[in-house]
Amino acid sequence: MAKFMEGLRYSESHEYIRVEGEYGYIGISDYAQHALGNVVYVDMPDVDDEVTAGEEFGAVESVKAASDLISPVSGTVVEVNEALEDKPELLNEDAFANWIIKVQLSDPSELDALMDVEAYKEHCKE
Amino acid sequence: MNRTLYGNLIFELSKKGRKGYSLPQDYDRTHTTAELPEALRRKEAARLPECDELTVVRHYTNLSHNNFGVNDGFYPLGSCTMKYNPVINEEIAGLKAFAGLHPLQPAVTCQGALEVYYNLQESLAELAGLSEFTLNPCAGAHGELTGLMVIRAYHEAQGNKRTKVLIPDSAHGTNPASAAVCGLEVVEVKSLADGTVDVEHLRQLLDEMGEQVAAMMMTNPNTLGIFEPHVLEITEMVHKAGGLMYYDGANLNALLGECRPGDMGFDVMHINLHKTFSTPHGGGGPGSGPVGVRKGLEQFLPTPRVKKVVVNYDSESEPSEWEGFMIDWGTDTALGSVGNFFGNFGVMLKAYAYILSLGSENIKQVGPLATLNANYIKERLKDDYLLPIKGLCKHEVVFDGLKDKSTGVTTMDVAKRLLDYGYHAPTIYFPLLFHESLMIEPTENESKETIDAFIDVMHKIAEEAKTDPELVKTAPHNTPIGRVDDVLAAKQPVTTYWKALENK
Repeated sequence: MAKFMEGLRYSESHEYIRVEGEYGYIGISDYAQHALGNVVYVDMPDVDDEVTAGEEFGAVESVKAASDLISPVSGTVVEVNEALEDKPELLNEDAFANWIIKVQLSDPSELDALMDVEAYKEHCKE
Repeated sequence: MNRTLYGNLIFELSKKGRKGYSLPQDYDRTHTTAELPEALRRKEAARLPECDELTVVRHYTNLSHNNFGVNDGFYPLGSCTMKYNPVINEEIAGLKAFAGLHPLQPAVTCQGALEVYYNLQESLAELAGLSEFTLNPCAGAHGELTGLMVIRAYHEAQGNKRTKVLIPDSAHGTNPASAAVCGLEVVEVKSLADGTVDVEHLRQLLDEMGEQVAAMMMTNPNTLGIFEPHVLEITEMVHKAGGLMYYDGANLNALLGECRPGDMGFDVMHINLHKTFSTPHGGGGPGSGPVGVRKGLEQFLPTPRVKKVVVNYDSESEPSEWEGFMIDWGTDTALGSVGNFFGNFGVMLKAYAYILSLGSENIKQVGPLATLNANYIKERLKDDYLLPIKGLCKHEVVFDGLKDKSTGVTTMDVAKRLLDYGYHAPTIYFPLLFHESLMIEPTENESKETIDAFIDVMHKIAEEAKTDPELVKTAPHNTPIGRVDDVLAAKQPVTTYWKALENK
């Protein structure tokens, strides 16, 4: 069974964002890692790259399929989770602890368009 | 095959100095490299295997016994249309008069070959409901790229700046890839719960960016094997916005003889001869991806092209006529060349042999029989396998894994277990719309007995999943190689044989 975490915002394409001040940590949900199966590669942007809400910023490749990562917000990448380069399976071990990129938000109002955990649970049932 | 005796790599069989030939003593081994600059010459010998001829022959003969093709057994690989390749195709393509042709020999010396080439262009145009075809592209995705290049050339000739290509989220992965390679921007169109295009989402996208839309790419029936019920409305909407409609012919087999992409409003399409027209597929290829266009787009097709000509001349006594075929090497508006010469001519001979073997009446049965076979499988398996989309499918059916999810047996496990029973696995984990996709395409070739036997095995595996799930989860058990570690293979692939040997 997939785990869900309170206090995060979720997108329809199964990314989450954990907001801390002007920064957001973006990753994929536990539901997403379950659906993907064993993750073998994470394609991440570079620090200082711009990301745009609703647009692709990287990809997660599993033994089943490659899936685009869609940014839930717009902003600038300030850090990428380098541990995923050697150990992509960290996403399977704990998708919420292992965020993929840290972004400086350029428009925090975009967060309002994302789902809270209850709405996201419903979304996953569909 | 005896794995202890014959299960080695050719490199493991190598013995230094062993060879399967003898050359004269005074043979000059250096003359072939005399002209090469020093920097390009190899300093040490290539580490090639050294074996006697009999060892080499046994090695590859034993390897070939591990192969599995349509000639070995049922091959229900969804989306790939693994149909039988009739023997007559090979005989025709192997005729010396064809096999010995050179692409640069004068047209007058190969009129027969050009006639076949021309007639195939015409046959495909008739079957597709389009105006003209080029046979030059060498594969399905090559055809997609060529078709998109035609579309781009058309818009450029109109002075239009259109860069966006609409592609349903259920599309084959090659569609967005081809668009990106062509320098166009992909915009995803959502699907409804039943897997068909969300017409309202399309309308919204056309309202937002209609003037930038170069084309929409569609597969019909789509990758779920479902006929798009609103295809006429969709082609009309995109045309109204000034875009062209591209038909991905990967699933054309379902419609062959029943309806035509041109009649649905498609402007450009490709056909996979290695699917719908019974030519070899995969490793047995090469492929061929002819591209057809509707009237008004012919001038953008790539060259060279084969054209029919009628020459009138006055002989001394009376006017005469000569009908023949010529090669058009290029025009101002054409795309130019998309490959070497004319494409894979051997493949075209086989496709044309197939079309003529069936004839205009029998070819009408291809789509209906492929559809009947797929629906028969769907109805007989739906109690054990989860059918996410009810109703009629076309040439292939997609299940979302086993119906009983409590056993923990996945689609991967079912596919592996099928190998134990002597079947090629279906396509799995595609399309991406479901988590446990299992996609079965029987083609029109298979008899009811073959399909019934396959269905029985699928039921048996569903039963095994309940009674002995470990058996299925650890399958295959009867194949030369058991369950492979696909995570390790993806993360730490060993791609050099020397490394493989050193690790032994």
